[in-house]
Amino acid sequence: MCSGRVDLEFVLRALANGMDGVFIGGCRLGECNYVTHGNYHALNMALLCKKIMAHIGLNPERLRIEFMSAGEGNLFTEVVDNFTKQVRGLGPLGKGEGEDLEPEALQERLREVTKLIPYIKLIMNAKLSQRLSPGEYEDYYTTEEIDALFSEVASYFIDPEKCQACQICLRRCPVEAIEGGKNRIHVIDQDKCIKCGTCFEACPPRFGAVTKISGGPVPPPIPEADRALERKGKGAEA
Amino acid sequence: MGDFSVTLNRKPRYVIEDRCTGCTTCVEYCPVEYPDQFNQEISENKAVHIFFAQAIPLIAYIDESCLYLKEKKCRICENVCKADAIDLGQKAQKMEIKVAAIVLATGYDTYDPSLKNEYGYGRMTNVVTSMDFERLLCATGPYEGEILRASDRKHPHKIAWIQCVGSRRVTPGDNSYCSAVCCSYTQKQVILTKDHDADAKLTVFHNDIRSYGKDFERYYQRAEELSDVRFIRSYTTVAREDPETKNVFVRYATANDGVKEEEFDMVVLSVGLNPPADYQGLADKFGIELTEHGFCLASTTNPIGTTRPGVYVCGAFQGPMDIPESVFTASGAGTQCGELLDYRRGGLTRERVYPAEKDVSQEKPRIGVFVCHCGSNIGRVVDVPNTVDYALSLPNVVYAQEQLFSCATNSAKEITDTIKEKGLNRVVVAACSPRTLEPLFRDTLREAGLNQYYYDMANIREHCSWCHSKEKEESTRKAQDIIRMSVARAGHLKPLQEMDLPVNKAALVVGGGLAGMTSALSMANQGHEVHLVEKENDLGGMARRLHYTLDGLDVQEYLDRLVRQVYRHPAIHVYTNAEIVEATGYVGNFVTKLTSDRGPSEIKHGATIVAVGVDVYKPTEYLYGQDERVLTHLELEERISSGDEAVTGAQTLVMIQCVGCRNTDRNYCSRVCCSESIKNALKLKEINPEMDVYILFRDIRTYGMLEDYYREASAEDVKFIRYEPENPPQVEATEEEGRPVLQVSLMDYVLGMELAIGADIVTLAAAVIPREDNKDISQLFKVSLGPDDFFKEAHVKLRPVDFATDGVYLCGTAHYPKHIPEAINQAYGAAGRALTLLSNDIVTVSGSVCEVDEARCMGCEACGRACSYGAIEFRKTKQGKKAVVNPVLCKGDGLCNAKCPTGAIYLKHFTDEELLSQIDAMSATA
Repeated sequence: MCSGRVDLEFVLRALANGMDGVFIGGCRLGECNYVTHGNYHALNMALLCKKIMAHIGLNPERLRIEFMSAGEGNLFTEVVDNFTKQVRGLGPLGKGEGEDLEPEALQERLREVTKLIPYIKLIMNAKLSQRLSPGEYEDYYTTEEIDALFSEVASYFIDPEKCQACQICLRRCPVEAIEGGKNRIHVIDQDKCIKCGTCFEACPPRFGAVTKISGGPVPPPIPEADRALERKGKGAEA
Repeated sequence: MGDFSVTLNRKPRYVIEDRCTGCTTCVEYCPVEYPDQFNQEISENKAVHIFFAQAIPLIAYIDESCLYLKEKKCRICENVCKADAIDLGQKAQKMEIKVAAIVLATGYDTYDPSLKNEYGYGRMTNVVTSMDFERLLCATGPYEGEILRASDRKHPHKIAWIQCVGSRRVTPGDNSYCSAVCCSYTQKQVILTKDHDADAKLTVFHNDIRSYGKDFERYYQRAEELSDVRFIRSYTTVAREDPETKNVFVRYATANDGVKEEEFDMVVLSVGLNPPADYQGLADKFGIELTEHGFCLASTTNPIGTTRPGVYVCGAFQGPMDIPESVFTASGAGTQCGELLDYRRGGLTRERVYPAEKDVSQEKPRIGVFVCHCGSNIGRVVDVPNTVDYALSLPNVVYAQEQLFSCATNSAKEITDTIKEKGLNRVVVAACSPRTLEPLFRDTLREAGLNQYYYDMANIREHCSWCHSKEKEESTRKAQDIIRMSVARAGHLKPLQEMDLPVNKAALVVGGGLAGMTSALSMANQGHEVHLVEKENDLGGMARRLHYTLDGLDVQEYLDRLVRQVYRHPAIHVYTNAEIVEATGYVGNFVTKLTSDRGPSEIKHGATIVAVGVDVYKPTEYLYGQDERVLTHLELEERISSGDEAVTGAQTLVMIQCVGCRNTDRNYCSRVCCSESIKNALKLKEINPEMDVYILFRDIRTYGMLEDYYREASAEDVKFIRYEPENPPQVEATEEEGRPVLQVSLMDYVLGMELAIGADIVTLAAAVIPREDNKDISQLFKVSLGPDDFFKEAHVKLRPVDFATDGVYLCGTAHYPKHIPEAINQAYGAAGRALTLLSNDIVTVSGSVCEVDEARCMGCEACGRACSYGAIEFRKTKQGKKAVVNPVLCKGDGLCNAKCPTGAIYLKHFTDEELLSQIDAMSATA
């Protein structure tokens, strides 16, 4: 396993668990012993994570990524001592963030953003694997870009009027977030949905039942009792 | 040959190897401080010590400074060693062994500047050698990675390097040859020094900069472009030392300012490479001949063979060389021994038999924890008994105990027995780094009939007791945290199977030049079928256009001999006029389709060697193609060989170096051209001593022993004039006193004036360039190209003939331009690497690879883009596109996992579940 295996979720989970800082150590950049150079992936993930932390009101300095070789024990000590001191200086998570976040509010924000990880990975995919040069770290992800990322989060909704209960989206959904069955109008469980848009792509155009809702509220799911699909007779349609 | 009797004298270590665990307690207690040999005697070590931090085996030995050995006193180490490993009664052992082949890998010695007074080494405290400086830079060095001056233990801020110390000089005690590695190692030291101290002011006083190796030119630029770094071309002397500050004054001269003296805090002498100490003794013992310089005498066509059959040489005893060359000559020596010994391969190996594996996957986790004292390494910092109790309190832990040394044979047996006795189905050993001992402990699980992946290692030594030895309570708590995380993960571990793949014994060699033929022959001589594929009509490649070498090889005669050997070899199948249409498969099991003179063929093979060679740049500069008197070097060589009088009878001939490379289009040095020009110049001088030959160069890069020919050419009155790339020579067709000439004008920096040379012939050292079809080959065989479009090896230094793709190897100029002996070295190296695969019946693939949960896969291809190994393919299914991992190609880095939006792809043994359980356990307070 390479440092590039470190997932956004790992960092957010540690913070959600009440860790005040997270440190990621990788091999020296450009000195990968393989052809993968996965430490750049780790770097990009960390840079993105810092921006996300800032977006939800956490001090991005609580996450640190450093690159060093196994022979640089003294550098490691120096960096870790320095980081520990820095995190101590920032105080407990939520307290040193300027706006004194309540633990519940903090947890809620972390939960929300953790839920969006699949969506973030999908949108940011191309950028996560780039190999950056030192000068590019700072502005690799812009605040505007991150704000846009969160403001453009779409939700998907199945229009009960149009759904033909064909089960195509239901079978395709990677997280089993779509409820329904044969002759049962399909409904997206918004809690389970990872906003990947697979259902949107999968719904046959002649039905067009899945809609993408950006920004606005998602209509409530139709009541369980009304989900039986009433197929109109051919004659009636003509 | 084939039956040597070798007498070895083995010095006593005074430490029993099987017992020593490398815990270094003895080192701590040893009262004798002694200059540390490994750290250039800058700092102290103890009489009992481990030679250096990465030593193999990582165990202690006692040297002559020991009080007991000298005066029969002390014996403290014996008492403090908990492993009973000290044996001060050990005697030197004389051993006689019978071998069929001998490989001399003696390495080199460095030049000792204290032998000559001129550099002040030994007299001035702050003059150090590059070896001293190398240690100063190192984290395990005398000052733990701090660069300090010996005189005042302060950080030197202004440092100068002096190049070519002991090299490229004919004065007595110096070496006439170039040491080949110093330019680049100095640049490395400059870069590292700037890493240590960004404001350091660094100066390198150099002669030619010889960045002739792969990617070296870029490396040089990287060093040179750093702020406050100066590269000054000048001869230098160390003038004096300031008696107060101990600063060192260096005298040098530049074209603009004349002679100057400048003060430095430290001066580093870039010392050259000598043959190994006592080279004459070695030569006598092994009955081999040496060159005049004391290196091993070998032929151009086999630099690995010595003058005595059955005795081989690799590494710098061949002559000064960099790490990659050293590594491929090592593999090459291996394959040559193989050619001799193949009939007995595997005769001394025995297969290990393990008990059948129990299926415990349906059982509730029953975890056993073994906490190691590591003598006193862990035990005196971490409260081990308390930690054992703590481990017992953790979920799923049904058993815990302490051990003095978990790695000792009896302890490992104890673990195996306990697994069976207590019905454990997961094991955690809390000891040291998994890097060293994980394989051993996995083995103990297998011995007990458990799947080896049910093991997790908690590192409470390197990660805990060693780094917080003063904070005992905190260390105990930390050790418990680490164990808690390990236990959490252990509960989620899954049994994994390693896959055994059959290995097809045949090899495919792509490219029938010198390199390709050489490796094909070596493999075929060891009983493997070899399919040799050549794009052209004939075998021979670029060597077809070479006729002689500096050391007098008749290239065509040699080539013809080699081609005959290839065609006559029953195991080699040659395909000429070939084109590869498809290449599929993976390590041990490739299938390649091609068309050739034999018609369409489908070849099944276990290994592939890429030896496609190179092309030559077709110049657009210096009137090439417009005036027939302008030739490339290869054309010149062909004309000389055919006895073309227009060339051999010329009054004046001008050679221009670096045409088409070392520029923005091709930012690399073609490595061979300087020597090639000198070769042709000497040949011309031999044929026509009256001819005026000029070589216009940027740096003369006759590295290693080639330097002697540079000197010879100068002595033969070949005129070398340096030009700067910003101001290249101009060539113009004109007349001079009625004689039609090519007038070459340029600035002579030594004379400080413009020169105009009336030449009859101008020859261009046209760059060696990668082949156009490298891209196709790279795509076919799923291997990568470097920034200059030469093939990219798996690791520049450590794996110079391997590709990152298993089972595919690289040699010859396809890797980078190189001379004939170097290409042959590498060809043997590639054959050696291929044979380590082909000589096995199976290859084992790790169980820790990725797999896809198809239902969760949304077909976004993010994983495929993150994979460097082409291990992920996408298959169309009824539910859309789905990723599929080829476990054979997957290397388990897990980059794809971090990209997958849905968690569909997962790295076995490092799953989200396993890692998140550790993160959760970390924060769960005890």
